[in-house]
Parts: sequence; C-alpha cells; structure tokens
Amino acid sequence: MSTETPDKPKTEAYLGITDYKVIGKRPIRHDGADKVTGKAIYTADFKLPGMLHGAILRSPHPHAKIKSIDTSEAEAMEGVMAVVTAADMPGLHDKVANLGEGAVNLLDLGSNVLAHEKVLYRGHAVAAVAAKTVHIAQEALKKIKVEYEELPAVTWVLDAMKEDAPILLDRVRTDDMGKMSEEPTNVAKHIRFEKGDIEDGFSKCDLVIEREFRTETVHQGYIEPHASVAMWNEDGHLKVWTATQGSFTARQQTAELLDLPVSQVTVTPCEIGGGFGGKIAVYTEPVAAMLSKKSGRPVKVTMQRNEVFEGTGPTPGSYMKVKLGATNDGKLVAGEAWLAYDAGAFPGGVIGPGCMCVFSCYDLEHAKVDGYDVLLNKPKTQAYRAPGSTHVAFAVETIVDEIAEKLEMDPIDFRIQNAAKEGTVRVDGLKYPRIGLVETLEAVKNSEHYQSTLEGPNKGRGVACGFWFNIGLKSSVTATVNPDGRVNLVEGSTDIGGTRTSIAMQFAETLGISAEDVIPQVANTDSIGYTDVTGGSRVTFSTGLAAYKCALDIQDQLRARAADLWECEPEQVIVDGDTYSHNGESLTFKDLAEKASKEGDPVVGSATVSPDCFTNGFAAHLADVEVDPETGKVTILRYTAVQDAGKAIHPSYVEGQMQGGAVQGIGWALNEEYFYDDKGNMKNASYLDYRMPTCLDVPMIETIIVEVPNPDHPYGVRGVGEPPICPPPAAIANAIYHATGVRMRELPMSPPKLWKAISERNA
Amino acid sequence: MAKKQVVTATINGEEEVEFLCKPQQSLLEVLRDELDLTGAKEGCNNGNCGACTVMLNGHPVNSCLVLGVEAEGAEITTVESIAAGGELHPLQQCFLEDAALQCGICTPGFLVAAKALLEKNPDADEHAIRFNLANNLCRCTGYDKIVKAVQDCQEQMKESVS
Repeated sequence: MSTETPDKPKTEAYLGITDYKVIGKRPIRHDGADKVTGKAIYTADFKLPGMLHGAILRSPHPHAKIKSIDTSEAEAMEGVMAVVTAADMPGLHDKVANLGEGAVNLLDLGSNVLAHEKVLYRGHAVAAVAAKTVHIAQEALKKIKVEYEELPAVTWVLDAMKEDAPILLDRVRTDDMGKMSEEPTNVAKHIRFEKGDIEDGFSKCDLVIEREFRTETVHQGYIEPHASVAMWNEDGHLKVWTATQGSFTARQQTAELLDLPVSQVTVTPCEIGGGFGGKIAVYTEPVAAMLSKKSGRPVKVTMQRNEVFEGTGPTPGSYMKVKLGATNDGKLVAGEAWLAYDAGAFPGGVIGPGCMCVFSCYDLEHAKVDGYDVLLNKPKTQAYRAPGSTHVAFAVETIVDEIAEKLEMDPIDFRIQNAAKEGTVRVDGLKYPRIGLVETLEAVKNSEHYQSTLEGPNKGRGVACGFWFNIGLKSSVTATVNPDGRVNLVEGSTDIGGTRTSIAMQFAETLGISAEDVIPQVANTDSIGYTDVTGGSRVTFSTGLAAYKCALDIQDQLRARAADLWECEPEQVIVDGDTYSHNGESLTFKDLAEKASKEGDPVVGSATVSPDCFTNGFAAHLADVEVDPETGKVTILRYTAVQDAGKAIHPSYVEGQMQGGAVQGIGWALNEEYFYDDKGNMKNASYLDYRMPTCLDVPMIETIIVEVPNPDHPYGVRGVGEPPICPPPAAIANAIYHATGVRMRELPMSPPKLWKAISERNA
Repeated sequence: MAKKQVVTATINGEEEVEFLCKPQQSLLEVLRDELDLTGAKEGCNNGNCGACTVMLNGHPVNSCLVLGVEAEGAEITTVESIAAGGELHPLQQCFLEDAALQCGICTPGFLVAAKALLEKNPDADEHAIRFNLANNLCRCTGYDKIVKAVQDCQEQMKESVS
C-alpha cells in the first residue's frame, strides 16, 4: 500500500485542469458489447445444474392474522421438492442489525420476507415452493391452505395516525424524539429539526403562505423483476447470485435472517436491470436459500411483475403541510413543515431525509420541521432515487413559485437571491461546504430555453430546483497490472448505469493510461473488500476515490521498480502521465508493466476508503407544458435539466442520469400512483395500469451540466444520480399553473384530477 | 399436466431447429429455458414492457404473448442474431456510442424493435421513432439517447448507401 497517498485528496491541485486525457471524454462503456448483443448475464438468465424453480404464495388480504398454514398437500405434489414458511427462518429475532447504510430490526426484515403471524399488505409473502419447473411450483402454491382472520386495513397516512386506526404491529411504539410512547401505535417515529426562532421569523415576514399537499405511493419501476439463485452446500456454505444494488448488504441481510456468519455466505451480484433504491432490501435471497437448504438443490426464485408492484418496496405516499414567509424585498425568512410519510407495513421509511431535504435549497434563518414515520397496510416502503426529497421539493418549490409571483419577481432571480450557498446551515444543522446551486440556477436563467418565449393559449413554463446529499460510505478497489500493460480493476460496487466506466476512467486518468486499457469487473463478496451499496449517488464519487488511491498505489510501486532499474531513489523518478523518467532515461507505463512482470513481485494495487462527507448535489429544471382544458391531459413541450455534477467524468452518462431522473419525475408528476380500493387492495399492479412514461410521452430532455468542483474529491466529482428526480413534479405543477391559473397540490396531476381542478375553477 | 410437443422452427437463420415445448410455455420461455437464448428478457410477462421483443415471421412481437407451440414452422430472430459475422450492427454501435443504455435490461427489446422499424421505414422521423418504440419501456434513460441512437443509425445507413 502507498504511504504517500494523502488521506484527504487535494482538489486544489487539480482545479483549473482542463486537459484531462480521459476524464470528460466519452469512451464506450466496458460492458457495452455484452449488453447490446444479449450476452450480459442477469440473474434470471443464470442456471446451475440440477436447479429448481421457486414461487412465492402471497396474501390476498391487505391485513389479516395468519391462523394456520397447511403445506402438506403442496409438499406431496409430484415435482415439488421443498416448501418453506416463516417458521423455517432461523434468524427471525427481535434484534437490531446494523446494515451499513442503516439499521433494521430483524423481526421486521424477516417478517417482510415471509409473513410471521400476520399479513400486513396485499401481496405480502406467506410461503414458498421449490419445484422441478416454475409451472409446478405455481400449481403447488394453490395447494397451500392458509387460514386468515381478516382485519380492517388502513392505506391513507392521516387515517393511520388516528387513535382508533387499526394497529399493524402491537410491538411498535412511537419514538418521539427519543422518548418512547406507552401504547401500541402506527406512528413509529417523530423527528423534529429546528433552526432559529420560527415564531419570531414569521413575525418578520410581509408575506406568509401555507399550503397542504398529498402525494400517492409510486414504484421505482425497474424493468428487471427481483431474482435470486441460491445454492446451500453440504458444508454449510451458502452461495447466492442475485439482482442487488449491494452485494455486501445482501450478504449481511441474508446471513442475519438465516443465522449464519457473514463469512459463510458468498453473494455474487449479477448484471442488474435497474434498482433506483428498490434493490437494497432482500426479498428473494433468503427464500431461495431456505428452499435450497431444504431441497438440497440450487433454487432460483424470480418474481412476476405484479409481485414486484405488490410485494416489494415502493416509495411512500405522503401528506405535507408547508409554510414559507418572505419580506417584500424578496428575502425568504422562515419555513415550517409538518410531514407524514408512509413507512408501509414496517417502521423505517424515508421521512428522515425528507425532513433534512425540505428546506435544503434555501438559506433560511428560521425553520422548523416535524416528520412522522407511519405504518399502514401497504408494502414496506423503500428508497427511490433521492428518497423523500421529491415529495418536499414538490411542496416547497410550488410555494416558492407562488411567493415569487406575488412579489412580482422572476422565479429564478427569487431563487438565486435566496439560494443555499457555502456556509448556509441546513435545518438539520449541516453547514454546506462549496456547493453549486447558484451556478445551476444561473445556468437555467442563461439557457436558450429560458431566454426563448413560449406563446399560445394553455401553455405555461415552470421552474423548480431539488437537492440530494450524496453520501460517502465504504468502498474497496484492487487492481492487477498485466504484462501487456493493461490493468484489471476489481470493484465491489454493482454497476447499474455505467459506473464501471466512470470508475475505470478516474483510475486511467490517474495513471495516464487510456480507459480502454483498464478492464473493470464487479466481483463477488469473497473477491473484493467490503463495499457499501450502490446508492446515495456515491459510486462515481466514493468508489472513484478508491480507484484514484489504488492508481496512486500502483504508480508508487512502478516508480520503485523504475528506481531499481535506474539505481536511484524512487523520489528521484519523475512521473508525468504514463511516463516515468530519471536522468534522461524514460519508460512508459506499458514498458514498466512488461519489465515488472518478468522479475520481482507482481504489481497489485489496492485501496479502501470511507469518506465521511456529503457531496451535495443540486439540480434545477425548466418545463414548458400545454394543457388540454377539455381532458386535463398535460403535454410536455420542452424540458431542460440543469445540474451541478462537480466534474462530469463521462458526460454522456451524467446526461443519462439527468434525463432518466427527469423522466421518472415526469411520470411521478403526471401519471404514476398506486390505486387502492376501499378495502386496501392495490388495483393497478401491472405496467399497463401503472402507467410509466413511454418514449411517446416525453420530448428530448435537454441537459446543461454545471461543474462546481467538490472540494472533497481529487477530480471534484459530485454524485449525480439522484437530484434529477426532485424538481420535475414542482416544475410541471408551476408550468401547469402558468398555463391554466390552477395550482395543483396533489400528485399525480393526472388528467382526471387536473380536469376536475380546472372545472372547479371555471365554475 | 399436458405432455410436451415437438416444435420445429427456423431460429436466427438456423433451419429446422427442434425443441420440446409444453402447451402452456410461452415462446419467451422456450427461447430462454429450452434454447438458451437469454437475450430476450422477461420484464412483465404480459406484453406491457417489450423487453422480450423478437421477430416472428418478419414482425416484432412480445414473445411472452406467443405460445411456443405457435412457433411451428415460423421464422424467429432474436437479439443474438443482430451482430453478424463477428461485427456489431450499426444500430448496436450507435447504442454504444450514444450511451443509449444504462442497466441494459431493456436494450435487447429496443434493438429488435428499432431494427425492425429502420428496415420498414428508414426515414422515420422523431415522432415515428417514438411511436414505434412506445411498446418498449425503459426506466433508466428517459429515452432521449435511445431515440438519438436510432437517428444516428439512420444517418450512418444513409451515408453507407450514398
């Protein structure tokens, strides 16, 4: 390992550098050919000799006690090799396990994987079968007899908070800012953040606006259903191949639920077909493992699409009441928010980040936020791209638009005047380092789109901004230099959207070699050091930082090898890009790689990092819409996404994140929602009825990348994955207002809702 | 359960490929499980996402909505046959150069559908491209770079003709 690698990268040394050899270029991604030829192996594509197929029985009721489960008829069926229920899960203890990016009670985690005593939502897994074919397994599910005692269900967050609401879990008490309530409740947590003096703040305002908002449950919508293959060997070692955003968190969750030491479980992350936060919690992994243990054969469990909608984590619906106050000269002074988010069936939703993000774009002197994590009869909610932030951006950014209008100020000027900047203290107490919100807003203002005019009836333009933290966490990277001068780079970060390449590019840049001379590979949990989940927009930042340090490690080793050849001290060897020189002699990286392979130790580098910082990503979007007043249908005419990427390593994939996030946000804004009947049954668990945007629904998404370097990364990288989903609902709501004069405060702003609002306004 | 039947079809140019198929098995299942052609993906198994798009007798279809036994005598091509003679098709090359994929799970379906469109209507405008690809869902890219890749491929194909 290098002794010279600085613990804290010196961004300053790199600032102003524009002649990068690799960074900022657009090489073809390393895994690209596999993915355009159908050769890339996703979990469902994967087969083992003797492999069985699993299927999962799910609750038809949104809330019921399980009185008994009789699996005997299913077990007796020809071709059925194993049946499991929660009774087969050894790790179903009331114990809190730390999972790196958060803690979870194993009783909750395990009861979500297979229901224990009660089913808490329609689609809740109850039992599973492994059989010789998937058709036999599905037939066998029909033979499992479950006796339920149905209970009343609750699916709206404010109803679930009422004193007489049906209680989901008798063990849940309210953690009210550290104080536990005595009676069972659906309110698992109450969080409060305060800054300044909120009453004093509002008393100084000339204009105070308070509004209520409602949003519905939405799903991440990844096209690949969850899938796992498990093989439990006779020596007790469990191997799992799975679609996960984090092989190590999948390993730990699986090990905890099966009561195995983590070292006894190997998780291999296959290619993953999208995640967006929804493939962090385990669902199929422990089930496939238990079926494998019981049957003695490898078992694959693949979900159907309706199981993905009904049985995996969507992101919460919410009720929000937000109040903002400003002075007549356009200064935002105070903000107050009361937020209640669905947790779903078990505690631990995304209310925490929601509370931290609500006023994150503004420099407010006085703020107060109350947040509630509320259990109800919907699937356990999970992260979805900037979890919790899109909700509050919808609320705050539509009120900000209202204030700017009332003060007769340009909405971008008003935002720039009040924008968070270096030194701004967020409501949760974090003080921002150098951030790029002002530059991002200025880029929107100066864009050709904003400078253009939008004319015609029923058309309107809206702007909004959004924020996500971007976390650090832990990453490991190793690299082997080959005699041919190319380098195998091994990492633990599962690659959802091209990060193999953005990491390889940082590694290549540091060594002065080409991106094509690096061969990046995502390894299983036995073959690479601990690496946290691909989430929080952390991979290009944090695993990129590990790759940078690993490259410096290799550079040091090659410098020492060159010094041996030239009989000088390593410090006397000058490194410039890929060239090592001393006293008129010089060798390239490739020369040295070849020489080093012939004698001496193999050249293998490694680095581990755990940066304790946030990279703070901001986005601002501009939307032009046309509203059909006869139907309430909204057409996006033009859309521009602007974002501070710190430094765009591979601009195409940065743009791709911005475009993809924007379109997910457009879907959330205009169409997507879980429909429930009055008994609590989801009624639209298919892609046909849960209507995600198709390519016919959206225009080209124009992008402008702003680069305000992150001081905590050698190349200035900020995470880019999550911020772009935050602004769209508010930007579109503001555009709808400017098109119709109607302010929408409920998501989705689907044709029936908008038509109704326009009709009521006209009446 | 009903017995397996023998089905014969032309698959990716190979004539008289025989496979065993149960009456309830979809063409997608047959391709993936019996013939080891896993390029076509299952995203929804009910015709809504297009990840399983293959060509059946010259038309793009959702292979999850076709029964395996219906393939008797048919000509089927899958994503695996798009690259020919060890070279990527210009459309595949454009998808790579334009970064038109992120997770890649929808990519095989888009490639099959886009290739079919370009063969039928090489001059398809942006609206026609979007209309014809609306059967294929992508959740990562926002479609922008996919549409641009198809447009870039149109340009390249025109240049190679002229």
